[in-house]
Amino acid sequence: MTSEPVISAKNLSLTFQTNDGPVHALKDVTLDIEKGDFVSFIGPSGCGKTTLLRVMADLEKPTAGEITVNGVSPEEARKARAYGYVFQHAGLYPWRTIGGNIRLPLEIMGISKADQDAAVQEVLELVHLDGFERKFPWQLSGGMQQRASIARALAFHADILLMDEPFGALDEIVRDHLNEQVLELWARTNKTIGFVTHSIPEAVYLSTKIVVMSPRPGRITDVIESPLPKERPLDIRDSPEFIEIAHRVRDGLRAGHEDDA
Amino acid sequence: MARVWYRLGPILTVVIAIFVLWYAGTVALNAPWAHDKAKRAGVELSFSELVSDTMSQQKPKLPAPHQVGQEIWKTTGAMVAKGRAFSKRSLLYHSMVTLSSTLLGFALGTALGIALAVGIVYNRTMDMSVMPWVIASQTIPILAIAPMIIVVLNAIGISGLLPKAVISMYLSFFPVVVGMVKGLRSPDHMQLDQMKTWFATRGQEFWKLRLPSSMPYLFTSLKIAMAASLVGAIVGELPTGAVAGLGARLLAGSYYGQTIQIWSALITAAALAAALVGLIGLIQTMVLKRMGMVR
Repeated sequence: MTSEPVISAKNLSLTFQTNDGPVHALKDVTLDIEKGDFVSFIGPSGCGKTTLLRVMADLEKPTAGEITVNGVSPEEARKARAYGYVFQHAGLYPWRTIGGNIRLPLEIMGISKADQDAAVQEVLELVHLDGFERKFPWQLSGGMQQRASIARALAFHADILLMDEPFGALDEIVRDHLNEQVLELWARTNKTIGFVTHSIPEAVYLSTKIVVMSPRPGRITDVIESPLPKERPLDIRDSPEFIEIAHRVRDGLRAGHEDDA
Repeated sequence: MARVWYRLGPILTVVIAIFVLWYAGTVALNAPWAHDKAKRAGVELSFSELVSDTMSQQKPKLPAPHQVGQEIWKTTGAMVAKGRAFSKRSLLYHSMVTLSSTLLGFALGTALGIALAVGIVYNRTMDMSVMPWVIASQTIPILAIAPMIIVVLNAIGISGLLPKAVISMYLSFFPVVVGMVKGLRSPDHMQLDQMKTWFATRGQEFWKLRLPSSMPYLFTSLKIAMAASLVGAIVGELPTGAVAGLGARLLAGSYYGQTIQIWSALITAAALAAALVGLIGLIQTMVLKRMGMVR
């Protein structure tokens, strides 16, 4: 864990030109993400947390500053299929089975049939969907669909997993359950995870590093290294450490908002 | 049983209403001629005599449904019974002629429509330049351009089925273009971004995402295109000298004032269109169910 950071951003800015004038989605963002980190991005809407994730994924181009992913530009990293990306909506194709959906990126990448089969079994087991390979998306609940979409992002063994509010549309009980599963999955695969959320408990529960952001212009106001152990049962959320971190996140969010008031 | 009635009830009601209106119209429209005849013969018509006369005229303004029914039977089922199903007097023969150019025109129109839609979706220049022409093409009355197509194609030595099919194509490609452009553009930003994260080629994006996503739009377009194809085929038969086909029957009927023949050709054409569109609807339901797009 001494090598180069997996993702490194320096003075990163992104300005959208709109009809109402320029919008500073990101301004002077500097951040390092180490291998095996679980980094949450939290902040109110418009703070640029999703934009930052999209810049890492080469879905947006920064207008200033530098960013590297695995030591190369995001575009090269994307072309090397360095990351799996999970969107807010599962976005499974209704005409494909769960297995077929997970196979989709593998087909695109030209992976052999035998390797596809092996990968599908492996990731279905990782997200606890074994036995659902032949089911169609509509036969699954929302939470299960989102797990299938995580499985799809894991299927090609990228070391980085980027998740953009993956559980934002799910109810709290399902969300708790999936949070546990994500932690388990992270422990088993040792991936580097970037996770966008607007839920303070979710961010504190999951992360080794919490990046607090604030809007207009989108910028980082606080980076919190979590002292919580890697092993985290759900009731850790009642511990004093947890509550203290949650306080600090809340303070960071409030500080970002005071500029507006 | 109750469920069958629930579905059939409204349809039957409309059918009955149409028949009632039709018979009423028959009496009203044919009555002047019946009175005329009676006046010349110097007789007074009772109401029942009037009604029966209006429904049994040789060349009525509006033939009664049963007259049309009899004519259709005489030129289809009865001819099949005589073993002359495809003689030139048979509506089956004429229907087959029209059907063949309808289907060929439909196939050509669908192919052209999909090809143009792919071009429009993937090529910015085509998007800007082709679409206005596609729309303009449909503002020209088909009756005006159909003879031109026949004449031009004839001049370069193409005659027979193809010119009629080209007219069908001219009408049927339009709904396919419009529907498929919308269908191929139906994947949302997220789905396209997702493809980008996998570094998919444009071909992969097309075959694995855009084309399957467009299926509901395609089938809706195909239904309209099929009906338009039939209209095109019938219109295409008019300027060719009315040799064969339902269009030819319509034209011949109007030359000789054979209203019963016109109406039987019209009803046959309508039934043919309904059957073809219904067939596409059936395939649509099957395909979309299999694709998990309807439940």
